[in-house]
Amino acid sequence: MSEDSKDLAKVSDTRYSEHEYELGLRVTHEDAVVDPGLEPHRVRMTDKSVKHENTAVRQVTALFVLSILGSAFALYAYFAFPIELGNMASVRSNTLFLGLGITLGLLGIGIGAVHWAKTLMPDNEVTEDRHLTRGSDEKRAAAVEIISLASQESGFSRRKLIRRTLYGALAFFPLPGLFLFGDLGPNVSEKLRHTTWKKGTKLARDPSQRAIKAADVTIGSVFHVIPEDLSPDDPEYLEKKSKAAVLLVRVDPSELIETEERKGWSYQGIVAYSKICTHVGCPVALYEQHTHHLLCPCHQSTFDLVDGCKVIFGPATRALPQLPITVDKDGYLVAQSDFLEPVGPSFWDRSVK
Amino acid sequence: MTKFTRKLNGMRRRPMALGIVLFAGLLAVGTGYSAVNAAVSPKSQTQHSAEEIALGKKLFLSNCASCHGKNAEGTANAPSLIGVGEASVDFQVSTGRMPGAASGPQLEVKPVQFTEEQISALAAYVGSISEGPAIPDQSILQPSGDLNTGGELFRTNCAMCHNAAGAGGALTQGKYAPNLMGSSAKTIYEAMVTGPQNMPVFNDENITPQEKNDIITYLSYLQTNRSVGGEELGNLGPVTEGLLAWLGLLGLIVAITVWLGAKSN
Repeated sequence: MSEDSKDLAKVSDTRYSEHEYELGLRVTHEDAVVDPGLEPHRVRMTDKSVKHENTAVRQVTALFVLSILGSAFALYAYFAFPIELGNMASVRSNTLFLGLGITLGLLGIGIGAVHWAKTLMPDNEVTEDRHLTRGSDEKRAAAVEIISLASQESGFSRRKLIRRTLYGALAFFPLPGLFLFGDLGPNVSEKLRHTTWKKGTKLARDPSQRAIKAADVTIGSVFHVIPEDLSPDDPEYLEKKSKAAVLLVRVDPSELIETEERKGWSYQGIVAYSKICTHVGCPVALYEQHTHHLLCPCHQSTFDLVDGCKVIFGPATRALPQLPITVDKDGYLVAQSDFLEPVGPSFWDRSVK
Repeated sequence: MTKFTRKLNGMRRRPMALGIVLFAGLLAVGTGYSAVNAAVSPKSQTQHSAEEIALGKKLFLSNCASCHGKNAEGTANAPSLIGVGEASVDFQVSTGRMPGAASGPQLEVKPVQFTEEQISALAAYVGSISEGPAIPDQSILQPSGDLNTGGELFRTNCAMCHNAAGAGGALTQGKYAPNLMGSSAKTIYEAMVTGPQNMPVFNDENITPQEKNDIITYLSYLQTNRSVGGEELGNLGPVTEGLLAWLGLLGLIVAITVWLGAKSN
């Protein structure tokens, strides 16, 4: 042992020195807070006076009786407040009263037991030392013997060929799993790029699916739009609807700010934008008629409808995609094509064409 | 020890006070609407006599013309009223929103300033200047439509601003969609056809009169049927529910834990 270890042994306090630690590994603090020891025992009122003891007995008894009453009330409530078919309000009273009864039943037992333990059961502080984690030397020697005997008898260290092939088998075993992970789902990226809108699809009201004429859309109006050919019987109806949902608004054409490219995408001040927020995909539909702001209810992203639905506030980073529209020969609003960019929030390979 | 307890008490008081103030505010806003909107009584559209229109003109010149112009043509302070219709005048005046007290993000609901006859005359006068949406007939305001269709239409067209339970909600820069739980059928109908303030217009081509009646039926159902799921907490979702869970329930759990660990006297 070096000189340092001797120093450490000197400062270590008696609580630890009774165990056989290797002192070199132990961290000791010279300025450690001294263990204050146990608080002096405080005698409870229930120990000092019979009157208080009797009160506590009565309280505990009352709590247990309350529990019995609660459980009995729960039984009563089950029959007194049945759930009636077609009467939703009966569900409310059934759960409320049944729950109150069961709560009283359980809480009475719990609070009673704790109160009993705290006021009437012995409360002398007792110190129990932890046993050593380290086994005795004999036990450790016996364990080492068992392991070496097992190694000898199984031939694990002697038979190199078996040992190495076992290692190999264990290393190869997880490999098929890696390939299985690849099959966890189809690559949905292609699905995210397209909606059911195509050239000539009529714009229809949600949920009635009545087609919309351009003349129906007066200035200041908002229409919640889905493709007319979307069938509610389609097994993917909700999936398709949630991607194709569109908000249709008419503003004064002089207020519209349109890029050269998008000049032909609106019809006499009628514009159609995807309702799916580019942030995390909530339906953006809070439209303010006079400010032309479109607000997303989830994270308050705000889009300027007359300026290409550009983001003017909030966490969204891209403008809402615009659906190019026109009218057919009967005056119905129709799509010129699908959206020209993926709708909704970003996905892993959105920018890859 | 006492200093520590005092500090602890101070910490405990502040979030509670904030919670109570918030809750009181929400409550005041909620009940404020219902108190004022309930005062509106539905009436049907009638032909207006020349005297009524003349009375309306008189009222208009003395109460409205300073902002909306002598001929309702609008000024820099207020929009033109040409083409807004009787329904718009009835909605704005009978809910107390007009005459406006001050310009701001949104005109507030206030105690109604005019009698029913005066409101009717004002509407008649503005309606006589140019045509616009009429005050709805009593027959279309009865809650006898299709409840399910009404619910679906409400959730599609209205719920994003007015909340699925009609409890209202915040918009941008101080504007808000009001609570509908105290609104009369006539007010609801007039709001849809006229699009007051920043609310969009839902004309009869978009939502047919029958569908509007379905929506009124649905709202009337919400107004008269209490929530079956227990206390509504203003139907404001995570705001009030979270407040109760964090301050109320968590406080209770902390109190129980302290009691469990405390020694008996």
